[in-house]
Formats: sequence, structure tokens, C-alpha cells
Amino acid sequence: MSKADLHHGDDALIAAQRLAEWTSRAPELEEDVALANIALDLLGQARMFLSRAGDEDQLAYLRTDREFTNVQLVELPNGDFGHTILRLLFFSVYQQQLFASMRGDEIADKAAKEVAYHVDHARMWTLRLGDGTEESHGRMQRALDELWPFTHELFEGNDLRAGWLSVVEPILAEATLTRPEDGWAPTGGRSGVHTQHLSYLLAEMQVLHRAHPGARW
Amino acid sequence: MSKTDWPLWEVFIRPRRGLAHTHAGSLHAPDAEMALRNARDLYTRRQEGVSIWVVPAAGITASSPDEKDSFFEPAADKVYRHPTFYDVPEGVAHL
Amino acid sequence: MYGNDFTTEPPEQPGARSLLDQVADAERDLQDAARSDRAGQAGDDYFMSVINADQKIEPRDWMPDKYRKNLIRQIAQHAHSEIIGMQPEGNWISRAPSLKRKAILLAKVQDEAGHGLYLYAAAETLGIDRAELSDMLIDGRQKYSSIFNYPTLTWADVGAIGWLVDGAAIVNQVPLCRASYGPYARAMIRVCKEESFHQRQGYEILYTLAHGTPEQKAMAQDAVDRWWYPSLAMFGPPDGDSTHSEQSMLWKIKRFSNDELRQRFVDMCVGQAEILGLDLPDPGLRWNEEKQQHDYTQPDYDELFRVIKGNGPCNRDRIAHRRAAHEGGQWVRDAAEAYAKKKTGVAAA
Repeated sequence: MSKADLHHGDDALIAAQRLAEWTSRAPELEEDVALANIALDLLGQARMFLSRAGDEDQLAYLRTDREFTNVQLVELPNGDFGHTILRLLFFSVYQQQLFASMRGDEIADKAAKEVAYHVDHARMWTLRLGDGTEESHGRMQRALDELWPFTHELFEGNDLRAGWLSVVEPILAEATLTRPEDGWAPTGGRSGVHTQHLSYLLAEMQVLHRAHPGARW
Repeated sequence: MSKTDWPLWEVFIRPRRGLAHTHAGSLHAPDAEMALRNARDLYTRRQEGVSIWVVPAAGITASSPDEKDSFFEPAADKVYRHPTFYDVPEGVAHL
Repeated sequence: MYGNDFTTEPPEQPGARSLLDQVADAERDLQDAARSDRAGQAGDDYFMSVINADQKIEPRDWMPDKYRKNLIRQIAQHAHSEIIGMQPEGNWISRAPSLKRKAILLAKVQDEAGHGLYLYAAAETLGIDRAELSDMLIDGRQKYSSIFNYPTLTWADVGAIGWLVDGAAIVNQVPLCRASYGPYARAMIRVCKEESFHQRQGYEILYTLAHGTPEQKAMAQDAVDRWWYPSLAMFGPPDGDSTHSEQSMLWKIKRFSNDELRQRFVDMCVGQAEILGLDLPDPGLRWNEEKQQHDYTQPDYDELFRVIKGNGPCNRDRIAHRRAAHEGGQWVRDAAEAYAKKKTGVAAA
């Protein structure tokens, strides 16, 4: 089993699960459709990576949180819409860099097209919320301060951070947001040490599947 | 309840290369960039298009159905605008 | 992604094919009607002559005020139903028992948002703002289909909604592809085409459960038991008690009576239930050779009226959920608007 496939699959799966929580709750109906599109793309990526690593449903439904290898960034609760958008920006730009570095890989090439759209969507909203009203600016800056520390973990074992910063920093600047100083850098996701949130997410995601061992759906 | 409301945009989709854009429906968006993206998400979920236009609904001037006769009927007797009006001698090709 | 999962044909569903064919027929007739256009003058006579000739009324045509109001009410209710309908099924996205099912369900609920939007767009051509319709939904001045005030208690409910609720909705909606108002008819054609996959996915879920473990089969039967009568009630009160019917039929914004459609639905479901291996919970259900249709027990219309009045199990939750999304999104909508103003200001300067 390829560790990398598992990492990419877990990241995408947990990100999709969080994003899908927005369904029927988005700030406008058009955005409901857009977020669901992105969640579907991520879920599709998760399925491809996990299927290459093993059996997708066994991996998704029958592992404990200590066995999941996603970064902590994607498991954090959604927070408000601005929080969700910033997280999407950070994660999609990371995926964009990652898939570019994997060119030639069948899954990465397909996902790269989807991710370009995710980056675009997150960027549009980051600009509008960062540079919108005083309230939206305040919310975005708070979300940025909260999320920034969790971005470091994305770059463990790769050299994608410089490329990532070169995309993210200008967007934050254009959105009139202040990029936080680097400091606290929580870690552990890749080796199964997560925030307290993941176990709850999995409890919900896995409850039905685990209640009927061996059943087909 | 607050009445701030995003403007209405009309959406036109080109289904395939070689075909003209056709009206698909409308949606709400704060600005043109977002309208274009929303249109993509809403009206091309099943790969219905290769190109999209969005137009602010307020920017469209429409002919009124009451003027329909004066607008469109005069063209009805201009049959010479249609190629079938002309007799083509037998044997002429590529015309 | 979501296009790949259902290329395998689900078990054949008696009746489903002919419904899609009817949508295709309606679309062809709509195009035919357009070739002999008669619209374009004011006045009730002219209006009725267009409708009687099975042609379409378009947004800027003259129309009786009551036609406009009736249509707004009907289309808005329909749009609201799509939007509120996202909730009962959305309830199972996070817990869907396989990743494939999760993807299909998410795509389906997303479609419902899309269908709501197509229909709001059609309503807006009649001169009403979506914001106004949204307010009327949230403060209870406009209704949505009562079926969505029932809870989804198990995964099998997602299947039962797909099979029975979407099935009933399609039987209701296919004739509306021929509605006299052009934008409505066109929206319905689009909705019906996309919804054919919804009903099939529901049927497939139930089929899989009914052929799975004993627990799964029991779950499927329980869901059908709970959803059968509310689905029958979706066609509305019996013809004698229906308030809007006669005029709407005349105007061709409704084309068959509630009881006709209900009968059509029952006749369709009987064969489909047999193939599923599940029972419809009606001891009075039997084939009537003379009438060439099934006799069946009517749903409890008192219950229907209680739910319509706001006293179903989930009415309050559904509206509170919608209101929370709408009000919670206000700062986002405000920000986007402020940004747009700033940018156009800069561009103009």
C-alpha cells in the first residue's frame, strides 16, 4: 500500500466530508451548488486514491482516527463561511502544487483540473470577504490567524511551501488581510495523531457502516 | 428581513462548438465574475456547454409583444430574402 | 465525478421508461408549438386562444392577473419544495454507508438546489423577486410540499424518498412539462430529465437493502411502510376538495386531476414493489379487473391538513434550518455586494 496514496486520499476524504456539511446551509443557493460541486470533486479524488491504496470503503469506514493520516487542517470544524473558504484556499493551493509535482500520475492529472477551479473559487471569495465589509474583514482576519498554524503540516516531507506561499501571499494581500507570523506549527496527522475533532467526524461518518458488518449497500 | 439582494443575471450557453449561445435561465450573483462561475456550476453540471455568457438582466432591452407585428411582420413579405425564392436553372451546381 | 457511478443499469422499473418518453414528447411538442406562434396581442380572448391552441404564454405577453398570481404561487411552492427537500436527504450525506452512495446522494441533493434555482428563475420572469419568495417561505406565507415535514430515520428512508417521493413528484411533474407558461414548461423539462436518475438511485438503494441481510430488508420494509401514505398524500386532497384545480386545468397550468395522478402512481408502484420484494402497507390494495386499475386505501387527509397547517413532525425544524442558513449568510451577501460596489466604483473612476 502506498503511503502517499493514503495521505492524499485521507486529506481529500476528510475535506470532502467537512465541505459536504454545508449542504443546504450555504449563504446563498448558488453557493450551495458550488460547494457541493467542490465536495464531489474531492470525494471523487479520495475514492481514486483510496482505491489505489486498497479497498476504498474498508479504508474509509473501518479505520480508527489513529489510523487516518490526513493533515489536521482538513479535520477542523467548518467555522463560519469565511473560515471554510480560507481553509479551502490553503488546501486547494497545496493540492495544486502537489498535483503539479506529480505530473504524469493518472489521478493527479485528472484532479489538477478540478483543483484549479477550487483555487479560483476560494480566491474569489477570499477577495470579496477580505475586502468586503468591516465585519467580513474582521471575520476573515480571525479565521486566518486561527488557520495559519495548521498550514505548516501540509509541507512535511515535501518542498512545496515556497510555491504555495507565492500563490497564497498575493491573494491575502489583495484581500487586505495580514499574513500571520510563522510560529506554532501543530503536527501529527500523518502519523495518526489528530485533534479531538477527527474522532467525532469519523463516529458520524462510520456509524451506519459499522452497525452492519459485512453488509452490502 | 434585510433586503440587500444580489442582482439578476441572464445566462446563455453554447452547447457545442458550431452552435450559437442559447438562453438557459437566470441566477443571482454579486458581480460578473461570480455570475459566470455560478452559471458554470448551475447550468453545466452535466457538461451542457462549452462557453457561457452572463448578462445583467437589467441591461437587456426587450421588444414588447405588443410591437410584435410592427417588428417582425414586415419581414414576412420579403420572400426574396430566402434562397428558395429563386428558381435555379437545372444543372447549376454549388449555388 | 458523479457521472460515473450509475452507468450500470439498475433493475428495470416498470413505468419509468414511459415517463421519460413523455418528457421527450412534451419537449418536441413545445418546439412544434413554437412554429405556429400566435401570441402577441392583449386581451383575454387572445390569451385563451393561445392556450387552447396548446401554445405557450411568454413572460411579456399579456396575461390575466389571476393567471400570473396562480402561477407564481404554484412555481414558488414547487421551488420551495426543492429547497426544503434538500434537508431530509441531506441528513444522511455525512453517514452514507459507502463512498459511492455518499457521492450519489450528494449529487442528488445538489441537483435539488439546482432545480429550486431553475424554478425560482421561472417565477422571477413573472415579475417577482427571489428574495421576496424566500421571505415568504421563511415566514410561512408560502408552502412547500408537506412530505418534507417527515423525518428520515434510517438510511432506507433515503431509498424510499427516491423511489416513492421522487416517483410521485415525477408523476406530478411530467404533465407540467406541457404547462401553458413557457418558462415553467422549459424548467420542468429540464428538471424531469435530471430527476430520472433520482428515482432510479432510490429504487436501487431499496433493491440492494431488500436483497441484503435480514436487518437491511427489515429497514427497507419499515421505510416503505412509513413513506407510502404520505407519498399518496403528495397528490393533494381528493378532487372534490381541491381549491385551485378547475381554473388551473382551464389555463393548462395543471393538466390532470389529483385523483387521476394518484391512481397512475399507485398502478405504477404495485409492479415495482413486487420486483423489490417489498410489501405496500395497504391491505385493501387489489387489481380491479373491471376498471383496469388498482383499488387502494386513501391516505389520511386529516393528517395531510394537520401537516400543511404546520403540525407535522418536522415543520418547525425545516423552517428554522432554512432561516438559519439565510440569516447566517447575510454578512456574506453583504460583503460580496460591498466588494462589487467598490470595484465598479474604481473601474468607473
